[in-house]
Amino acid sequence: MNFLQSIGQISLNSLAKCGRASIFLYHVLQSFSYLLTRPHLVIKQLFSVGVLSFWLIVISGLFVGMVLGLQGVYTLSTFGAESSLGIMVAASLVRELGPVISALLFAGRAGSALTAEIGLMKTTEQLAGMEMMAIDPLKYIMAPRFLAGFISLPLLALLFSSFGILGGHLAGVELLGVDTGSYWSQMQASIDFYDDIVNGIIKSLIFAALITWIALFEGYDAIPTSEGISRATTRTVVNSAFVILFFDFLLTALMFGSH
Amino acid sequence: MNSNKSLEILVGLFVSISIAALFFMALQVSHFNGLQSADSYEITAQFENISGLKNKALISMAGVPIGRVSDIQFNPEDYNALVTLQIEAQYNTLPSDTSASILTAGLLGEKYIGLTAGGLDEYLQAGDQIELTQSSLVLEQLISQFLFNKSDD
Repeated sequence: MNFLQSIGQISLNSLAKCGRASIFLYHVLQSFSYLLTRPHLVIKQLFSVGVLSFWLIVISGLFVGMVLGLQGVYTLSTFGAESSLGIMVAASLVRELGPVISALLFAGRAGSALTAEIGLMKTTEQLAGMEMMAIDPLKYIMAPRFLAGFISLPLLALLFSSFGILGGHLAGVELLGVDTGSYWSQMQASIDFYDDIVNGIIKSLIFAALITWIALFEGYDAIPTSEGISRATTRTVVNSAFVILFFDFLLTALMFGSH
Repeated sequence: MNSNKSLEILVGLFVSISIAALFFMALQVSHFNGLQSADSYEITAQFENISGLKNKALISMAGVPIGRVSDIQFNPEDYNALVTLQIEAQYNTLPSDTSASILTAGLLGEKYIGLTAGGLDEYLQAGDQIELTQSSLVLEQLISQFLFNKSDD
């Protein structure tokens, strides 16, 4: 009986949480019009969410690309196909690694910071104070952060992929001597702008919405104690990672499954 | 105010570097040709076997890409494959006895269609069909032919 009860409790709790999260998202999306007259709120968040993640993304992208280049040359040279290195590096970065790894890094770097910030605001009753002053925290705090996350992750994913391709060039062409002409020309011949790059951007837009939604809601829904904030921050990173990888599978099956 | 300004400059820099990355992806990585005029005309060709030819495969003449495969369908009347070739409009002087063959780029590369010009003065028009076609080579058939010939000796 106790076992059944705990199953029921967990399901009801998670269902209630989904409901709260959906209502939260609805209110945040509704308050976007508030930002039209106050773009400086978004710019400030773009700085803390996007610009501060810049070096992390660029350096990780460069190294992931270099690893792909090295490993690609070793694997492809067994088939005598080093000249296809460009395709391998670019296709895996643009379609999968760029959106996914930058989303995971973004969840760790920006998502956890958002949760902790908002959780602390709630704990120190800043959110309640704003409500007292007739400032809606959903409009003033949540909406600009949501929009900033939604804008910056696709840009960061583009940077990740670009620097990854340059890193692959560095490792494969400069270090291991693959021909630079075949690196670029084979890449251009097989990467399609709409099929590969635009689909990659759509992927990272979806990841961005999911991560910022999870991060903001976990902060907003956190138990207002120091332990509650720490748990909420952990949940943000863990749940984001789950959701990113699961949705990546779904989106890949939808976008690239047919060919 | 001052810190606000430098913050805005950094955000602007971030956004413009990212847009530059998008242009890099479009031009250097993917050979973006959405800005070119898409004027083209379509001709068809029937092949006995296209094994491995895919949609959007290149069509080349003398090694120069002049178009792409836009459609591949099975023709249930003649039991062969009906391939639609989309040729760029500037190459509108292909002789009507041009022949098409399915070739492979390198040993393991992609399949593409190679066109060889004929000698007639009439040109292929939109909707025309290429009569002279050569199917792609299927390795298993080649090997079995070779083995049968061997066993006859």
